[in-house]
Amino acid sequence: MSDSNIIPKWLSVGVIPLMNLFLAFCVSGLFIFFVGENPFRAIFVMIKGAFYYPGAIGYTLYYTTNFIFTGLAVALAFHARLFNIGGEGQAYVGGLGVGLVCLIFDQHVVGFLVTILAILGSVIFGAIWGTIPGYLQAKRGSHIVITTIMFNFIAAALMVYLLVNVIIEPGQMSPETRDFASGVGLMQIHILAKYVGLEMAMSPLNLSFIVALTVSVGFWFLVWRTKFGYEVRSLGHSETAAIYAGIKVSSTIIIVMAISGGLAGLVAINELLGVHNKLLLGFTAGYGFTGIAVALMGRNHPVGIFLASLLFGALYQGGTELDFEFSSITREMVLLIQGLIILFSGALAYMLNPMMERIYLKYYGDYNNA
Amino acid sequence: MKNIENKGGNEAIASLPPSNKSAIELKNITKKFGYVVANSDVNLKVRTGTIHGIVGENGAGKSTLMNILFGLYKPDNGMIFLNGQAVDVNSPEKSIALGIGMVHQHFMLVPTFTVLENAMLGNEGSMLLKSGEKFVLERLKGLSNNYGLNVNFEAIISDTPVGMQQRVEILKALNRGAKILILDEPTGVLTPQETIGLFDILRSLREQGVTIILITHKLKEIMSITDTVSVMRGGKVVADFSTAETSPEELAENMVGRKVLLSIKKPTLKVGKPVLEVKNVSHESKDGVFVLKNISFDLKEGEILGIAGVAGNGQSELLDILSGIETLQRGQITINDKTILPHQDWNSKKAREFGIAHVPEDRHKRGLVLPFFNYENSILGYHGNEDYSNGLLMDKRKILNFVDDLVENFDVRPRSSSISSGKLSGGNQQKLVLAREIESSPNILLVGQPTRGVDIGAIERIYEDLMKLKSRGTAILLVSVELDEIMSLSDRIIVMNQGTIVGETSSSNATELEIGKMMSGLEQV
Repeated sequence: MSDSNIIPKWLSVGVIPLMNLFLAFCVSGLFIFFVGENPFRAIFVMIKGAFYYPGAIGYTLYYTTNFIFTGLAVALAFHARLFNIGGEGQAYVGGLGVGLVCLIFDQHVVGFLVTILAILGSVIFGAIWGTIPGYLQAKRGSHIVITTIMFNFIAAALMVYLLVNVIIEPGQMSPETRDFASGVGLMQIHILAKYVGLEMAMSPLNLSFIVALTVSVGFWFLVWRTKFGYEVRSLGHSETAAIYAGIKVSSTIIIVMAISGGLAGLVAINELLGVHNKLLLGFTAGYGFTGIAVALMGRNHPVGIFLASLLFGALYQGGTELDFEFSSITREMVLLIQGLIILFSGALAYMLNPMMERIYLKYYGDYNNA
Repeated sequence: MKNIENKGGNEAIASLPPSNKSAIELKNITKKFGYVVANSDVNLKVRTGTIHGIVGENGAGKSTLMNILFGLYKPDNGMIFLNGQAVDVNSPEKSIALGIGMVHQHFMLVPTFTVLENAMLGNEGSMLLKSGEKFVLERLKGLSNNYGLNVNFEAIISDTPVGMQQRVEILKALNRGAKILILDEPTGVLTPQETIGLFDILRSLREQGVTIILITHKLKEIMSITDTVSVMRGGKVVADFSTAETSPEELAENMVGRKVLLSIKKPTLKVGKPVLEVKNVSHESKDGVFVLKNISFDLKEGEILGIAGVAGNGQSELLDILSGIETLQRGQITINDKTILPHQDWNSKKAREFGIAHVPEDRHKRGLVLPFFNYENSILGYHGNEDYSNGLLMDKRKILNFVDDLVENFDVRPRSSSISSGKLSGGNQQKLVLAREIESSPNILLVGQPTRGVDIGAIERIYEDLMKLKSRGTAILLVSVELDEIMSLSDRIIVMNQGTIVGETSSSNATELEIGKMMSGLEQV
């Protein structure tokens, strides 16, 4: 993938993604029209659902948090031209890290410290799950796409086994651990707001969102300001040039995959420490996969990833509302709309470029050339 | 446009009735790619049965023009006439049907097919391969005898030498009925002897009335074989000459648009002690072929050692090993009294620490990360230096200061630190790579193909910089397929063929023919 040399940046990263989004909504509108609903009303309901109702923004930002983590995970790997499809599994295993830390320590250690350890646990466990495919790619040449996909399945199976047989709350039917002790967890924003005297509607939005923003800044710094980031980007653009420059390709790959896995693992702090307060089956709910679309749409830059995450967060939240409001629009329909957005913004991201180039040249070409 | 007169003075032409019909006429051809005007209002006339040369620097628009003629590109404007008739060449198939054949710079052959199978491709003669083969073989043999195109029809292409592969390409074009033959840089891969052979073939094709267009940047070849020549610069034909009435100097001046001095002043300098000693180095490729066999030589302070040879005879692998890109398998290398033995930890980073700088043969693949900005590329390989990084963070301000000086001192255009290096011209990219490597103050500079795809103006500058570095006492190892370059720059020349050193000579008493013989592996000195 490459950006166009002809059209200016504001067109290629600003206008074209918006046009892609617009196209996706147009096609979605057609589908909504065909099932007998008014597309404009549907959009209206979605926007209201995502931003207007009390707590709606909180929900939207809570989903956004997950997408930021998985989007950054995919993006970092992408800077080294590695396709990390394993965000889902890495997030899942990150949850195991959170769960184990909490279950082992929460009865003995002060809650604040357990929370910190649990955050570290999510990063380390996620990192391990990313490092193994990274190692196999770097040292054995096993293709990262294949191995990360397989590691998603392994993670799923592992978690089912552990949650059903090992760390399930004794005497319980549903495959979940016991609740973490009350001092453990990341505070939800509306509770925090109450402390400073603000009244906010209840929502699952929690301090993980702040962590996500901090990590985004760190991501930018890592990729564009450090020696390691320089080496990663060299490797991503040209492996031959990286070897020429004396960059150790295999260790760079392994470290990138470790960090990428760690980023994905952070989904667990939002879900488990921020909301559920226990480890449960299937809490990742596809966030890892959506992260791929987020990274593509956000052009692997933290600002873009934040905006794309916000969009997908709004879609998740607004989509739920759509499901409630219209009898003929089901959950599957909402998935279809998401799919169309991924298709137009991710897979067909460069579809409009040739057209824009032509239009741009027609009106500005001679002027710029002179 | 001046009228081209046929005063070629070539015997072959003189023996033919002078033909006044033009085989090809291009009128007002214009082609734009985005902002870039590749061809602007080009007019060209080539008379039937002549050899017409087109010269110009890289990016002058030669290839675009020929690709338009061959139907690969559609011109935005202009007309093409073949034998006086306006034609619409909208695809290579159409162009072949009209009798145009093209021999590309990189051959378009199926490596696993035999010579016959390749030559008949596109005109198989029959639905059934067997009966077609017999029929086509007859015809091809006829063509081959007529024009001196010696090939072995049973051989598999990948086993045949490049010279023969080129003859197969020509046969293929003729078999499809080509009356007009376009050759794009045909001598780039040939030894001097093979070039002479190719020119004999071209002359006999001309005798039989075939019209030939020869694209090249080697002025010597233009002078020796063409009847008429057009010079292109900046997408335009700037001059047409009858070859007999022009000189290489005049052509060069027209190519660049100003007077060029291509003679090199070599600083007189006594060479010092050896800084690089290579002893019995052998290297086995991944396919199990020995690409280097017992290579031994040394390189001294202030010396330029040229390695001549046809591309693909082990020079690239030698550079890769010396620069740390490949590990050393057998033999030993001594750099400033420090010895590297096989399978020791040896990589590019270490090579740089030992004072080896490397201008790689392929600046697109190795020397630069093309999407990177100039300031990022200006430290590639040196990004770990204390000057630019404290081990963790990069010091952007220092890097920007450095690159500003670099582009100024080495005349990299445009003088911008924040433009993608991929957007620079070939010459400026090469100047940037060379600048970076020279600025690291190396003891030893390895240079591969310093002027490949580089325009004449930049070549001048690159030679100057190399000479300046030499006078500072740096030892330079120069690998190039351009024999002229090797001969004019080097103090000493070694010649490689099939992974071995087949000869050594000093540049003052070497002749091109002598080196050519060694390059072809015919003669061991």
